[in-house]
Amino acid sequence: MAPRKSASVSGRKPAAKTAARTATKEFTGKNTPDFGKDEELHAYREMLLIRRFEEKAGQLYGMGFIGGFCHLYIGQEAVVVGMQMAQKEGDQVITAYRDHGHMLACGMSARGVMAELTGRRGGYSRGKGGSMHMFSKEKHFYGGHGIVGAQVSLGTGLAFANRYRNNDSVSVAYFGDGAANQGQVYESFNMAALWKLPIVYIVENNRYAMGTSTARATAQSNYSLRGSGFGIPGIQVDGMDVRAVRAAADEALEHCRSGKGPIILEMLTYRYRGHSMSDPAKYRSKDEVQKMRSEHDPIEQVRQRLLEQGWASEDDLKAIDKDIRDIVSDSADFAQNDPEPDASELYTDILL
Amino acid sequence: MPIDILMPALSPTMEEGTLSKWLKNEGDKVASGDVIAEIETDKATMEVEAVDEGVIGKLLVAAGTENVKVNTKIAVLLQDGESADSIGSSAPAAEAPKADAPKVEEQEKPTSASAPVPAQPKVETAADPDIPEGTEMVMTTVREALRDAMAEEMRRDEDVFVMGEEVAEYQGAYKITQGLLQEFGARRVVDTPITEHGFAGVGVGAAMAGLKPIVEFMTFNFAMQAIDQIINSAAKTLYMSGGQMGAPIVFRGPNGAAARVGAQHSQDYASWYSQIPGLKVVMPYTAADAKGLLKAAIRDPNPVVFLENEILYGQSFEVPKMDDFVLPIGKARIHKTGKDVTIVSFGIGMTYAVKAVAELEKEGIDVELIDLRTIRPMDLPTVIESVKKTGRLVTVEEGYPQNSVGTEIATRVMQQAFDYLDAPVLTIAGKDVPMPYAANLEKLALPNVGEVVQAVKTVCYK
Repeated sequence: MAPRKSASVSGRKPAAKTAARTATKEFTGKNTPDFGKDEELHAYREMLLIRRFEEKAGQLYGMGFIGGFCHLYIGQEAVVVGMQMAQKEGDQVITAYRDHGHMLACGMSARGVMAELTGRRGGYSRGKGGSMHMFSKEKHFYGGHGIVGAQVSLGTGLAFANRYRNNDSVSVAYFGDGAANQGQVYESFNMAALWKLPIVYIVENNRYAMGTSTARATAQSNYSLRGSGFGIPGIQVDGMDVRAVRAAADEALEHCRSGKGPIILEMLTYRYRGHSMSDPAKYRSKDEVQKMRSEHDPIEQVRQRLLEQGWASEDDLKAIDKDIRDIVSDSADFAQNDPEPDASELYTDILL
Repeated sequence: MPIDILMPALSPTMEEGTLSKWLKNEGDKVASGDVIAEIETDKATMEVEAVDEGVIGKLLVAAGTENVKVNTKIAVLLQDGESADSIGSSAPAAEAPKADAPKVEEQEKPTSASAPVPAQPKVETAADPDIPEGTEMVMTTVREALRDAMAEEMRRDEDVFVMGEEVAEYQGAYKITQGLLQEFGARRVVDTPITEHGFAGVGVGAAMAGLKPIVEFMTFNFAMQAIDQIINSAAKTLYMSGGQMGAPIVFRGPNGAAARVGAQHSQDYASWYSQIPGLKVVMPYTAADAKGLLKAAIRDPNPVVFLENEILYGQSFEVPKMDDFVLPIGKARIHKTGKDVTIVSFGIGMTYAVKAVAELEKEGIDVELIDLRTIRPMDLPTVIESVKKTGRLVTVEEGYPQNSVGTEIATRVMQQAFDYLDAPVLTIAGKDVPMPYAANLEKLALPNVGEVVQAVKTVCYK
């Protein structure tokens, strides 16, 4: 494996020192381990699938095919893709409601996810869950949770089950900078550290908890330090660089699998869209968003490297793009034409 | 004057205990703070310290004596210059039974305000059709029945484990998990920090991964911190996942009022949880039901809220001696058959109902008493069948009156058996107030036998 310069376990260091050390690395995109050709192409494809899927979901929402809340993952793609590249079969994933990207990265079908967004019978929850509540036992994806922070305790429970069964799996629990202020997160940190549970806590710090910036919401905005009171190490990671994410993920998963207990990865990332489809995002400037898109876009970074390295031509990339667009259009067609659930489904799946 | 040493109350619900050991003999000097005796309650063995200085003049209750009531004189302490002769007629304590005396049963409860619970059943109890005829019955406390249920299920299924505050090394705050750590080890009997919201979520997550957790809340009052995980995560996941994954989990612990613990520790959650689709809610009264239904709850693939009661923990009932005694969830039990009027109750509400039935019997009113046992799914057919026979219905519970389980029953009976009713349904519940601390007010806030008797007479137009 390539050397990991961008990420190091920091939990045993004094907090102030760690903060100083990690803060300077924010969004540098430098000193990250290189990917080989296959890894770059894989990451490109996976991230592009999420980007195009979310763009389509946004369209379908505007057309009224998708109802309720719909939270798009555009801008944050490198986080789940980099994590997934490091995970093993059997590792569990759990997240909150900005979950479409996580599901696609887990290998859940675009059709099944999109049809759930439109509330159709071919959706992963047969139309009864919606955007925020989807699951796949087969792909070890445990939701899709609408209550901010609840998934952190649930994910800790998944890790508890791994320990109980003495298997080699690690639970990967995602939450945002907003959820990081919920009490049950720290209740879970305490138990995970106490019992040395195999769990990677991932703070997707996209800078805004709905409309409240981290600066306005938290007294400690370095989320990688949030476990330090429990002795949980943390790494602050450039979450816009899929290579940095992958490197940190390798380190974190190894930490968990070797029985050392939980670890926190703070992914410094950014969402381009509003909190949900109905959010005009007036709490930040257009310039801020534009700057992130033009200078730190996770997909564009990979695209540039592929071209520079000569690992892909423009035509190659266009072919990938077309392939992805086909998958996404197919899922959208399916999701618009698949019938709604039968009325009898109202009373199924309440009790076993 | 010699000082009387009295049997102390060592917990909110303690009424009697075993004087297991004297650590001082007659003639020994004691200083304030010296441990003079060990007393075993149904929850723990406690040391009793001397409050005053003096010489032990007389030990009035022999070591090993069981059922020594609170405030019984157990010893006399002599002051300077006093001799044992001066004790005279103050001894012995007539209330204290001899060590080898048979257990006193069916005691009339003292009218003292600290003991608001009516006495044990005096009514001839109908046989549970789910227990094979001729099965040997063993007197067992609710506490032991619950423990036995967990132990049996843990022996049967490696995926079953219990977690909660003080469940392991402390042996259970109310001794329900006594001995489980010794038999099953720390992997399966898990002490948690005081962190209800967190460990409820951990339990649900473990259940989603396929384990079968029993999550003990020290009381359901503390589970309000965790109610989001119980309802939003445990109860709804099966539906939201289109049937892919649910949460086979039991949330259990004491529910409702204990004695003199005030407003924040005295709430009955039966009607709260019973509103939630995706949950099953069980609230047993007898030890047999506690055992058979807890075993069923642990095996159930759905989340089950299992509401116990601290006051019932120490009460003894007949439990069938069977290798694997499992009762069906969702089935009421006819506690006593009758023809004049139906009473429906559950959990500790049954203690009032049972007492009222006995009183009404004396007055020639033949009550059919139904123990609901499960609040959700509710066995309404059994209630309706009874109402069709009697034409009159009274419900009894300790919870708040608005949107109570009783009002739900009343509504459904009105809708489904209106033509059979000869009188409006009356609902007896706790009063519409936070639980007060003062003994007299607490007694007033809870239902009482007189109210039940009066309600039954009212619906019978007597």
